[in-house]
Amino acid sequence: MATIDYPLDRPRAVEKEFSFSETLYKWVATVDHKRLGLMYIVSSIIFFVIAGLEATVIRTQLIFPNLHVVDPDTYNRLFTMHGTTMVFLVGMPFIAGFANYLVPLMIGARDMAFPRLNAFGFWIFLFGGLLLYFSYIGGGGLGGSGSAPDVGWFAYAPLTERAFSRGHATDYWILGILVSGIGSIASAINVIVTTISMRCPGMTLTKMPMFVWTMLVDSWLIVIALPPLTAAQIMLLLDRYLGANFFNTQKGGSAVLWQHFFWIFGHPEVYILIFLAFACLNEVVPVFSRKPIFGRQAMVGALVAIGFISLGVWAHHMFSVGMTSWSNTFFAASTVLVGVPTGIKIFNWTATMYGGKLRMTVPMLFCCAFLLQFLCAGLTGIMLGMAPFDWQLTDSYFVVAHFHYTLAGGLVFGIFAGLYYWYPKVTGRMFNEKWGKWHFWLFVIGFNLTFLPQHMAGFLGMPRRIYTYPAGRGWELWNFLSSCGVPFQLAAILFFAVNFVYSARKGEPAGDDPWDAWTLEWATTSPPPEYNFEKLPVVRSSRPLWDLKHPQDPDWKYNQ
Amino acid sequence: MAHTSVLAQDALGLEKGWTLPDRGKVGITFLIITETALFTIFVVAYLVYMGKSPNGPQPKDVLEIPIFSTICLFSSSATIVMAERALARHNLSGFKLWWLLTILLGVEFITGTGIEWYHLIYKENLTISTNLFGTTYYSLVGLHASHVIVGLFFLILVMLVTLFGFPIQTQERRVMFLSWYWHFVDAIWVVVFSVVYLIGR
Repeated sequence: MATIDYPLDRPRAVEKEFSFSETLYKWVATVDHKRLGLMYIVSSIIFFVIAGLEATVIRTQLIFPNLHVVDPDTYNRLFTMHGTTMVFLVGMPFIAGFANYLVPLMIGARDMAFPRLNAFGFWIFLFGGLLLYFSYIGGGGLGGSGSAPDVGWFAYAPLTERAFSRGHATDYWILGILVSGIGSIASAINVIVTTISMRCPGMTLTKMPMFVWTMLVDSWLIVIALPPLTAAQIMLLLDRYLGANFFNTQKGGSAVLWQHFFWIFGHPEVYILIFLAFACLNEVVPVFSRKPIFGRQAMVGALVAIGFISLGVWAHHMFSVGMTSWSNTFFAASTVLVGVPTGIKIFNWTATMYGGKLRMTVPMLFCCAFLLQFLCAGLTGIMLGMAPFDWQLTDSYFVVAHFHYTLAGGLVFGIFAGLYYWYPKVTGRMFNEKWGKWHFWLFVIGFNLTFLPQHMAGFLGMPRRIYTYPAGRGWELWNFLSSCGVPFQLAAILFFAVNFVYSARKGEPAGDDPWDAWTLEWATTSPPPEYNFEKLPVVRSSRPLWDLKHPQDPDWKYNQ
Repeated sequence: MAHTSVLAQDALGLEKGWTLPDRGKVGITFLIITETALFTIFVVAYLVYMGKSPNGPQPKDVLEIPIFSTICLFSSSATIVMAERALARHNLSGFKLWWLLTILLGVEFITGTGIEWYHLIYKENLTISTNLFGTTYYSLVGLHASHVIVGLFFLILVMLVTLFGFPIQTQERRVMFLSWYWHFVDAIWVVVFSVVYLIGR
């Protein structure tokens, strides 16, 4: 096949020059899913850099014992803002951004089901994020006590009650997250409806791309799991402003109830986040292994299984609060159980690569690192799921290392794989492969250097969230190594940023389908026109572009 | 051209027989699911704190079963269905009549809640901060009442635009979605009523 005729192609429209105010208006007033998706992703990247700099200060404070780089109050604010930002203002909008940009393209639709709801979701998320950061200026409160929230990202009661958290800092945490949560729910409902009601002719659920499947189950989890957080935050607001007693232990309220409500949201949330990485791997691994994904039905089954089992594991975050032994047993068992479908996914990606014609491009490298690091995170997760083991290491640096292996080593690596993979489609230009590899290797080294030693610090008893530590407990080396990883990560992100900004203007033109991929987004121009497809496509298999490129051997001839 | 048929042309007649669920129906269904999750947490909080208040007043001393309001709210689910049917038959005056009745029944319900709260706050000295009963009662019933108010807002909006001559029969789908939401508010009241007035008392 020397040349492939793309029936859906059209020559790219001649770009008219727009003045700054016209451009600004076009972006602010847009309801186009691609622009909104891009705005989500760009704001996520900005928040990612902010949260990364906060982490840098944290690691600087901890590099040697007895340091006083920042004062203790600032330190508490830093780790609270770092965690809150990474989960709610980086992970969640990345999901919405990827889903917004790609789901309509992949299912052959012209836009999301509810474009205006989509714009509403983005802006309310952004204002939620700005509200959270406005706390640095506006959180002063009574006698200047407090600025940014300092109660930790899970904001345990009764620390968040009026008596212990004066000023407005905690209110900013509640309102910022509550408001951006409404945006996430709006976006998730939109993705579900788009997937169910907007697929192009021929695209049955069995032929739907795996990315879209993952986003569908992900949105289901958001719709089910986010309202408990919203409810708990409303209760906390009632406590703080109207004197209600939900979490007020003085009047019989229960601080443990907050923990239950928070983690009923919080644990599915971890799966909500990692599903984005799963979604990216589901597309990247097959394309760069030149094989269809191994065990498609099993992959979908595993997704749906996680979508339900993950709703029943939350109390493994609470083994140390003194639940009944039956509860401990139940939640330990369900935690191990949810490892099974997750294991199926790891196995199937590996099996997709096995015997494939691997092309080690930058997105594929990120996927390989993901597989190893996420496996490591899964194993420490199973360890922590054992209640007696958890009693020893809960709230230690071992836990910090564990969830950074899932969310940084897993989610962030998956996101980078996705960003590099779809970059040519979004910008119409190729990124610089060499700089991309620099980014990858620096990030792998930096990430593992930072977080691998934290397992050891945790084993040696170092608690999480401590401001500083005395010398002579055996923690110095591990903390020093951990902090040494930071410059590597910063340099990696610098490579990433320069590469993406530079290549968007100066990169090689990418063409419509630089990766020789199989899903519908590669059938239109790069970047796609506003209406996506001139004529709505009709598909007959789960790899419509394979069918197009191999008319003598299309997928639909086989049992699909 | 063999390969153009795969993507652009309709090789299997798929375009003709290709129908997917209505996006409005799917959207409102998932809105209801997410709202249900929100209510579930408040119901759980009520059940967890039931009978845990160290000081009075206790539910059995102050709560009276709002039978009339409840009957009104449940009837409004029936009247809104009648309104929808009238609209389907293009019987506009019938629609207006049933719709107005729905609004009146909803207003009666929310007034009943208001009177109940007035009684509890000023006669029984039960506020949201008095004890756990007050906390959970006002938040759960209040959450439901706020949904009734949102529903009433849209019901009245539809009534007003109809009275001002807007051709409401062109908006049958949207009227149906509003009716679904109203049924949901009713269904939630079944749970809230059972928990607060039957089990909790």
